[in-house]
Amino acid sequence: MHQLTLAGIARGLADKSFSSEELTRALLQRIHQLDPQLNSFISITDELAIAQAKAADARRAAGESGALLGAPIAHKDLFCTQGVRTSCGSKMLDSFTSPYDATVVARLAEAGTVTLGKTNMDEFAMGSANESSHYGAVKNPWNLEHVPGGSSGGSAAAVAARLLPAATGTDTGGSIRQPAALTSLTGLKPTYGRVSRWGMIAYASSLDQGGPMARTAEDCALLLQGMAGFDPKDSTSIDEPVPDYSASLNGSLQGLRIGLPKEYFGAGLDPRIADLVQASVKELEKLGAVIKEISLPNMQHAIPAYYVIAPAEASSNLSRFDGVRFGYRCENPRDLTDLYKRSRGEGFGSEVQRRIMVGTYALSAGYYDAYYLKAQKIRRLIKNDFMAAFEGVDVILGPTTPNLAWKIGAKNADPVAEYLEDVYTITANLAGLPGLSMPAGFVDGLPVGVQLLAPYFQEGRLLNVAHQYQQVTDWHTRVPNGF
Amino acid sequence: MALERSDVEKIAHLARLGLNEADLPRTTDALNSILGLVDQMQAVDTDGIEPLAHPLEARQRLRADVVTESNQRDRYQAIAPATDSGLYLVPKVIE
Repeated sequence: MHQLTLAGIARGLADKSFSSEELTRALLQRIHQLDPQLNSFISITDELAIAQAKAADARRAAGESGALLGAPIAHKDLFCTQGVRTSCGSKMLDSFTSPYDATVVARLAEAGTVTLGKTNMDEFAMGSANESSHYGAVKNPWNLEHVPGGSSGGSAAAVAARLLPAATGTDTGGSIRQPAALTSLTGLKPTYGRVSRWGMIAYASSLDQGGPMARTAEDCALLLQGMAGFDPKDSTSIDEPVPDYSASLNGSLQGLRIGLPKEYFGAGLDPRIADLVQASVKELEKLGAVIKEISLPNMQHAIPAYYVIAPAEASSNLSRFDGVRFGYRCENPRDLTDLYKRSRGEGFGSEVQRRIMVGTYALSAGYYDAYYLKAQKIRRLIKNDFMAAFEGVDVILGPTTPNLAWKIGAKNADPVAEYLEDVYTITANLAGLPGLSMPAGFVDGLPVGVQLLAPYFQEGRLLNVAHQYQQVTDWHTRVPNGF
Repeated sequence: MALERSDVEKIAHLARLGLNEADLPRTTDALNSILGLVDQMQAVDTDGIEPLAHPLEARQRLRADVVTESNQRDRYQAIAPATDSGLYLVPKVIE
């Protein structure tokens, strides 16, 4: 039963092959049995899951239907869940139980999903390896000595290991797409404003976006359908109609114009990954796609600009953690300043502290123009590159990551080494574009992902291309040994 | 321009982060490494380019100036480290 996709589960529940409660109990047992190897969950919510499964079965018995009714999922532990700890991977929020549900959580619950737990993540979503979590590193099910990517590394590892069919993630610089690539999943970062950020603990508000992580594009379509849509509680939510994503899957790729940015295939890319990306291009050509070389000349400036914008916004967002209203508070503060400083110094891990300080510096008196404003200008150059490219192509394709999943600890000496791993994913966040990573093969037993980017609100197009690719390839059906 | 230890102490104070003395040299090195990466921006010609704050350049939505929230103080204070009579408790501020 654990091999089933969301689509398979929907069929099984509809034809009464099993109940949501039976499925939920089986998956919970599997999580308890196997997750100690992976550390992909921070909280396993057995009681909540059983109650939600029973409720879903009752709704179905009463005549309701729906693709997500009774479907088991998990939420990255930065989506607020009422009555369940929401830690954000941080000691700061180890004792934080949210008094409300995030919009994404509420919408998916309304659709009938069953929450099996909250998944591990880099602390406050700051990382690309899932090593900065207060709850310890997550292991990659394809090789337990390697990282699963981050920051949605717990969601990625759990879904790849068939502990559950799908999970939510968030993507600020690649945190859905990069772990999806490193664990052989399909992961989608929607257009900025497509999925509500309300109740999603903020890292960098102008870049953060929630999205689905699953094994197939078909499942990402189902989960995104339950997540997307306008939310008046999120001031940056966009009021655009949500299309039927499942209906978009089956369109032909005949005549689809795919752009390959030459900058994505230059120095720094593992040639074995380049070969697999080119092989995926050949498959898409067989399906009727037309390939064009394009240029995104400002791509190289994305990482420097990101490491101003994201830390600056983080330093502002994370000022709310002050030891006064919720979260960690130090012992015996001498005075108010001591209370702030020690609560934050003891509650935040080192990577979070570094990013807060970089952001504080960039926003401090005399530096604003040289850093934040400069980065925002580069942000426009990057957006302009994409707008020009999409004049001539329908989607852009390239590698999701320059390297394979690395060994746990291999990049800990210098934070910048890890930052460079997001070179291909960060541009979509800066421009606010939707992006998807799909499985495209293996090198030395480690997965490789191909990234697709599309114009604003064309998530359906991305899912269409990935779904058609998954009809003629079987990379997404491979199962890691031992799982 | 490389940050000195005293710069890092000043930034940490602005951010209200109590740094461990022993970690200061390592933190200073890490911040300089990050700022070295960031400084690559200065080589980019951005003359005449308008800054981009929101990717879709959406305007802030406005709503009618009416009360939409109910008072949920007790629920929100239930998760606070220290409260009394509906107030958040902090160390004495005024002697």
